[in-house]
Amino acid sequence: MTLIEAPPEQRDPSLTPPRTFASAERIRVRAFGLADAGELAGAFLSALALVWLVYERLTPLSGILGFWVCVYVAFLGIAWFVAREQRGAVVARDQVVRIVVWSGGVGLIVPLALIVIVVVGHGYHALRPHFFTQDGSRVGSLNKATDGGASDALVGTLEQVGLAMLISVPLGVTTAVFLNEIGGWLARPVRTIVDAMSAIPSIVAGLFIYIAVIRGLDYHPGGFAAALALSLLMLPTVTRTTELVLRLVPGGLREASLALGSTEWRTTRHVVLPTSRTGVVTAVILGVARVVGETAPLLLTLGAAHVFNGNPFSHPQNSLPLFIFNQFLLAQPSTVARAWTGAFVLLVLVLVLFLAARLAGGRGAGHIGRVRRWRLARKGLA
Amino acid sequence: MTASDTWASSDSRRVSIAVHRSPADRVYRGVAYAAGSATLGLMGLIGVFLFVKAWPALHTVGVKFFTRSEWLPQAGRFGITGVLLGTVVIAVIALVLAVPVATLAALFITEYAPRRLKRPITWLIDLLAAVPSLIYGLWGRAFLGPKVRPLSIWLAHHLGFIPIFDARGASTFSASAFIAGIVVALMIVPLCTAVMREVFAAAPPGEKEGALALGGTQWGVIRDVVLPFGKGGMIGGAMLGLGRALGETIAVTLIISPDFNVSHLFHILPAGGNSIAALIALKFNESASGPGLSALMAAGLTLFMMTLIVNAVASTIVARSRSGSATEI
Repeated sequence: MTLIEAPPEQRDPSLTPPRTFASAERIRVRAFGLADAGELAGAFLSALALVWLVYERLTPLSGILGFWVCVYVAFLGIAWFVAREQRGAVVARDQVVRIVVWSGGVGLIVPLALIVIVVVGHGYHALRPHFFTQDGSRVGSLNKATDGGASDALVGTLEQVGLAMLISVPLGVTTAVFLNEIGGWLARPVRTIVDAMSAIPSIVAGLFIYIAVIRGLDYHPGGFAAALALSLLMLPTVTRTTELVLRLVPGGLREASLALGSTEWRTTRHVVLPTSRTGVVTAVILGVARVVGETAPLLLTLGAAHVFNGNPFSHPQNSLPLFIFNQFLLAQPSTVARAWTGAFVLLVLVLVLFLAARLAGGRGAGHIGRVRRWRLARKGLA
Repeated sequence: MTASDTWASSDSRRVSIAVHRSPADRVYRGVAYAAGSATLGLMGLIGVFLFVKAWPALHTVGVKFFTRSEWLPQAGRFGITGVLLGTVVIAVIALVLAVPVATLAALFITEYAPRRLKRPITWLIDLLAAVPSLIYGLWGRAFLGPKVRPLSIWLAHHLGFIPIFDARGASTFSASAFIAGIVVALMIVPLCTAVMREVFAAAPPGEKEGALALGGTQWGVIRDVVLPFGKGGMIGGAMLGLGRALGETIAVTLIISPDFNVSHLFHILPAGGNSIAALIALKFNESASGPGLSALMAAGLTLFMMTLIVNAVASTIVARSRSGSATEI
């Protein structure tokens, strides 16, 4: 999925204001004025009042969801009617579509907010500092929710994701460089395959590692096998995102470098990759965010452990998603509370990664950040 | 992609330049080719391994693998119909709910949102994609399930004459395919939105301005320019979402209560539902070897092939709509 955006100029030429006349007062087509706001507010209030009267008083209907659905429909109807009376049927239709599109776009925030609220609301009260330092070896379903911790799971997740990064980042970035800088007849099938890989169900990746590595090579289930499965899922994200940011590097830079007589390798190493550095970082972080909460492949590859095990190569390990899954399925009040605590930590982890990806990337190729400018200045280059 | 296309088309007139590559360059090219081939090879390996391991199971039951719905590998009686239909039912519910919402969201971002709102909204919708499916599963089971119950009962009561909403004789309305479909819809909305956003933004500005200049309203512009130009992207985005929905594992596993009875699968409101991915996740522990494992491999292979085909078709459609929509003015 494309999570990296092109700079606004490239992405959407129609919406960039013409830069030629920089007048202080821009001419606004179809500005949304006070009168329009009043019209909408009036329509909404009358819809609310009407539905309340009909729904709550006159008919034996009930239910909060039904109430708001009716309010929404009535709101659309009244807004349509008002616009038609004032400005005609064509404008009225436009108005209704505008309201529907706005509510669709903004309405998508509601489930996101609900997810965050529910996870935080369920997860925060059993969170104690020792959640991060103790493991789950001495606690069972009869202990209190605040007993024990998930240090085994946290360390397991960090190690597995780290190993997966070590495998898939070099491979993914090199593949992206291959696709974008070298190309050739092989590029098209590779791109198609990477596209296809981004869709493989995570459980299938787990199955593959299980039969190929655990059964095939007789390797015991554990952190490393899990990392292999995760790297399989991370690879397409890293490759595609990196390729996308490499594509944003202006061709002129490459040509200039080549024209100065540098080799292809030096061009890639010293021009293309540094120019898109933040984008590559974003690609890596997005890849990590993609796999850090992945549970299905771990069910098949990780074995089961509740004891702290820092070595991903030797014994079964635990991981945060698997910890959450198992605790939740035990279905005791204390274990479910522990699962929610884990989910809270996982959600925070993912949000932090996502924000980091956004802060690192999202700028055009060749953007020099504050830290790098400072470093360059120290070297006397800028 | 476009660059290589244009080169390919002007191949006959290309001037070949003799290139002398330095050793470093040759190593660089070699490594890059190796990485590309490794990625290619990995995918091939997945298919081959799944096929080899699935073969014994497929060989034992033959065509019946696709016509039976029970899952008793130890007795040699297992088939994929039940889970396959369950997967499709959940994916279709998700798609029916997600595509309109994603279209609205994409239109909002490209056409309606004020400039200041555009980026935050895009972020938030992408954030919806970053939430792990496990958390969706927990949320769907603990929060959404009970909230959807009244709606399910209402639908069954008032729209029960429509076959899929028929819930006669059902006692529980939680853990249903309907709830799983809603949750999966939320998971695929960001993916569909991202694709549609891109193709809507690529609608030719000249024609949009032309429509506005002729006195069209914004809705007129969308209906007659943006949507027709973005049609391919909408179909492709929906199919990419379908590919994701088919393979969704943990959220579905947590929400549904597996049911292998084919006739129940089309009644989406009562508890039940099934999916291939959930089957693998649930049955894996009791069948870590022997015929059970092979049967699971066969199920995994089916899922793999399905998502692969859906996705390949989707990417082709999206790629085509992208290259075709850019009208130069």
